[in-house]
Amino acid sequence: MLEVTRLHVFYGRAHILADVALSVDKGEVVALLGRNGAGKSTTLKSVIGLLRPADGEIRFDGEPIAGQPSHVICRKGIGYVPEERRVFSDLTVLENLEVGRQAPRTGLPSWTTDRLFDLFPNLAELRTRPAGRMSGGEQQMLTIARTLMGNPRAVLLDEPSEGLAPVIVEQMAATITELKRAGLTVLLSEQNLRFATRVADRAYIIEKGRIRYEGTMDALMADESVRSAYLTV
Amino acid sequence: MTLVVDGLFKAFGGVQAVNNVSFRLDAGELLALIGPNGAGKTTCFNMLNGQLRPDAGSIRFFDNELAGVAPRKIWRLGVGRTFQITATFGSMTVRENVQMALMSYHRRLFALLPRAAALYVDEAMALLDRVGMADQADRPCSVLAYGDLKRVELAVALANEPRLLLMDEPTAGMAPKERVELMALTADIVAERKIAVLFTEHDMDVVFGHAGRILVLNRGQLIAEGNPAEVRENDQVREVYLGAELGHA
Amino acid sequence: MGFYIVQVLTGLSSAAALFLVASGLSIIFGVTRVVNLAHGSFYMLGAYIAYSLIDLFGRGGLGFWGGIVLAAVAVGMIGAIVEVLILRRVYQAPELFQLVATFGVILVIQDIALLVWGAEDLVGHRAPGLTGAVDIMGTPLPAYDLALIAISPVVLAGLWLLFNRTRWGTLVRAATQDREMVGALGVNQAWLFTGTFFLGSMLAGLGGAVQLPKGGADLLMDFNVIAAAFVVVVVGGMGSIFGAFLAAVLIAELNAFGILVFPEITLVLMFLVMAVVLIFRPWGLLGSPEAPGQKGQQGPPEQPLRPAPVRVQMAGVAVVGFLALLPVVAGPFALVLTVDILIFALFAVSLHFIMGPGGMVSFGHAAYFGGGAYGAALLIHYANSNMESAMALGPVLAAVLALVFGWFCVRLSGVYLAMLTLAFAQVAWSVVFQWNDVTGGDDGLLYIVKSAWADTAQSWVPFYLLTAVLCLSAMLFLRRVLFSPFGYAMRACRDSELRSHAIGINVLEQRWLAFTLSGVAAGVAGSLYVFSKGSAFPDYMSIPLSFDALIMVLLGGVKTLLGPIVGAVTFTWIQDEISRFEYWRFFLGLAIILLVIAFPQGIAGFGRRYLGPWFGIRAEEAQ
Repeated sequence: MLEVTRLHVFYGRAHILADVALSVDKGEVVALLGRNGAGKSTTLKSVIGLLRPADGEIRFDGEPIAGQPSHVICRKGIGYVPEERRVFSDLTVLENLEVGRQAPRTGLPSWTTDRLFDLFPNLAELRTRPAGRMSGGEQQMLTIARTLMGNPRAVLLDEPSEGLAPVIVEQMAATITELKRAGLTVLLSEQNLRFATRVADRAYIIEKGRIRYEGTMDALMADESVRSAYLTV
Repeated sequence: MTLVVDGLFKAFGGVQAVNNVSFRLDAGELLALIGPNGAGKTTCFNMLNGQLRPDAGSIRFFDNELAGVAPRKIWRLGVGRTFQITATFGSMTVRENVQMALMSYHRRLFALLPRAAALYVDEAMALLDRVGMADQADRPCSVLAYGDLKRVELAVALANEPRLLLMDEPTAGMAPKERVELMALTADIVAERKIAVLFTEHDMDVVFGHAGRILVLNRGQLIAEGNPAEVRENDQVREVYLGAELGHA
Repeated sequence: MGFYIVQVLTGLSSAAALFLVASGLSIIFGVTRVVNLAHGSFYMLGAYIAYSLIDLFGRGGLGFWGGIVLAAVAVGMIGAIVEVLILRRVYQAPELFQLVATFGVILVIQDIALLVWGAEDLVGHRAPGLTGAVDIMGTPLPAYDLALIAISPVVLAGLWLLFNRTRWGTLVRAATQDREMVGALGVNQAWLFTGTFFLGSMLAGLGGAVQLPKGGADLLMDFNVIAAAFVVVVVGGMGSIFGAFLAAVLIAELNAFGILVFPEITLVLMFLVMAVVLIFRPWGLLGSPEAPGQKGQQGPPEQPLRPAPVRVQMAGVAVVGFLALLPVVAGPFALVLTVDILIFALFAVSLHFIMGPGGMVSFGHAAYFGGGAYGAALLIHYANSNMESAMALGPVLAAVLALVFGWFCVRLSGVYLAMLTLAFAQVAWSVVFQWNDVTGGDDGLLYIVKSAWADTAQSWVPFYLLTAVLCLSAMLFLRRVLFSPFGYAMRACRDSELRSHAIGINVLEQRWLAFTLSGVAAGVAGSLYVFSKGSAFPDYMSIPLSFDALIMVLLGGVKTLLGPIVGAVTFTWIQDEISRFEYWRFFLGLAIILLVIAFPQGIAGFGRRYLGPWFGIRAEEAQ
């Protein structure tokens, strides 16, 4: 469904991504693992069009999308949930959701505010609260809900568990499982291996802008040498 | 006793963000402050480092009262800081970042003619060497890997020979391996220089692996305090913060 | 009693145009982060176009009001065209660079207005049915004032509904906070920006059109309103429409009553209000602090300062050699032009000092240039000073102004700081302009004679050499300071205020001294200028001169040390070449717009990229 090949991205003259290739099949949850600065966020930003790749192809449903403006890519059905939340802090919860709203898409049941409030009961109680006056965990839920309002077929989640208390991280994992059940395709970047293990089917490991490992989550957990090289102690 | 915090209060628009928080911290100790998002950790931290003035309560640092004192004056008293999202000078090299702190420490900030790049080079290199960044001294800070930036921050924080280090989520955004390395480095430095450390953290491996003592904050109040084993087994902490499964280290 | 009521109502009516212009400016800045200097020009166009349309439609009720509304829509469309044709090409440039383009637009519109409507001031048509006066407890009030009073609340309510009850308004408010994120959620930013420009320009046009019956239309409207509009936006709080309304009313009322009490200081009054408000509420009455980070600089981070490589030093020596030999080969005209270039290069370098490495943008740097100029001129006139001592002591006045204004300015940051510098410069200008007894007012101070040895009636060579030595030394001194601990600390405060506080740097003191140093250097340039011209005029402190300096720095490239010099040389030279033609403003404006589009990193930034390697300037390091 989403296919990235030979992706090269520069920031100034710094070569941030070198020959990155990855693919996500329909209905799959794929984790992109690596530490800060490894190129995870850059990869996701390139897919959604916030960064312009210097070279390479990105295809969504077979259609090339690399280099297009982000709103065009988003309207094709890719949702993006940024790191550091980036809620519109002066806008209420409902208004934040309104910004993300797009026309329903054929093939998938469309998201409504009511359906989202079922998924995120906390938000239902805060409808008219400005997003800036919510806790970090609530804001993280709001960014996901906001993106879902665009009725995406695939969602990019940038570090969904970062900076959250362990109990909230558990809720987040449950939410992602829920999205998978609803038929969404998910590509998430993550540093928390436990969290990734819980939600992902497959994983890529990125280090210094290059993909170093690719395999199922189970294979990764079984491969002590890879984990010790890139991830754990 | 390095730090004695007594009856700290802070409210924002009717919400009691920090409610009667008291604790002590001794030289050579690593004290972790944990709690759910919005529990008041950051508010608490910002009162200690001078960014916020407490509504009530006192913060004794040796013989000085810190409550309501400006951050730069708190630094001059011997309190170093690292930030959750690293704050370094992006248009300077790694060494210049440390030199900047040294120029401030030696009160040379208003010198108009000397070449800054030639000042306190040896001292700066010694600090960078201690945190393992000497080989990257000439690189611009803006191109460093995140984990390396955290080390630079640590070197900068050590420039004024602090007796207390305040570290806000010192390992946020780092790979697990780097987290452990950075905390081990911090623990070494703390032991050799007899510095007291207070840190907030979400990574339970780091907290339970490195903290000597842990404070747990929820809705502005301290709900538990003790060594890692005690805190881990505390039912209330499990309920509001650690959760059932992922929280277990 | 009636008199006071009428005075209140008069104030309210003059608040209308101010509110309309300011709200448009605020909306455009909020969403696009463009400081639209041309906003005053849109206001002026609104008045002129309404004048022509009412002529065309006849002066009946429909013709009058129809003309006003259509004029507003027409100006909105002009704004949208400017956005699509020009600004859209430079959004990726460093912050504030777009304002250079809008400055070009000002010049172009000035000459178009001159060509179409002529140089004579136009007297506005009177509103049909509202030509008389209403009697309020014995005091007459023009009936049209009542219509003006009604307009602001209606527009305010309309804007409120637009922003809070429509999807477009919600998107605009979201984009004000994080426009990139709005794009990633599927909203076409380009049209949002164009729409915002349309709305903002339309409000400016409406402001110009509705004040036509009261104030008419003239070619000075653009600069006259822009400073006031900035003040209203800043006092009200960036991005707050209701704040703009409150501030417009506050300032208009203060003017209405201030004129009764101290007629001399009305020009200064509004700027004093602004200074007071910003001291107590640094983000304006209803504004909120700007979120750091998200809206920061575009593009790669600035590189560490490195000493100039050998080839650059050799090039510098070559330039000095060229300047030294110039009198041998060049005639007096070339020397006069070079004197101007050197003085403006120092002026631009002094602005760049705080703007680039210091991170403090000044929209009112002419205050210190003019301070040096008047400092020297006053010494000559009142203290019988000779040239040498006047030139040495003149900058003291610039230093005093910079110390006083700077004390307030360095407490703010970003665009608030920029606006406050503009406000203080206007205060200084107003004082010079109105204090006839001392400064000669608009007539200026004439007969600023040079010492005999530098008398340019004989030869320009001695004065040229004096200028070259002083300007080059001052520029080299500022460069040296950038490499000193003080210069490093200044950059530290810009790079991370948080970290600066946390390593004991007194950020305010550091920035205050930097501001003052920069002011003194500008003052040196000003006191040289006053002798080169032989007279001092209020123009030396005016907004256009402040903007010139800003354009030089941005055009040259704010991220390089050579940028301001390259910008000053280019700008002064082009202006000298072009100003011989009729309608030269049009061509200068066009040239600026083209340069902006061709060199979005500034001319020196462009040169550094392509010539840098040959000169041995290190390329940016890759991660």
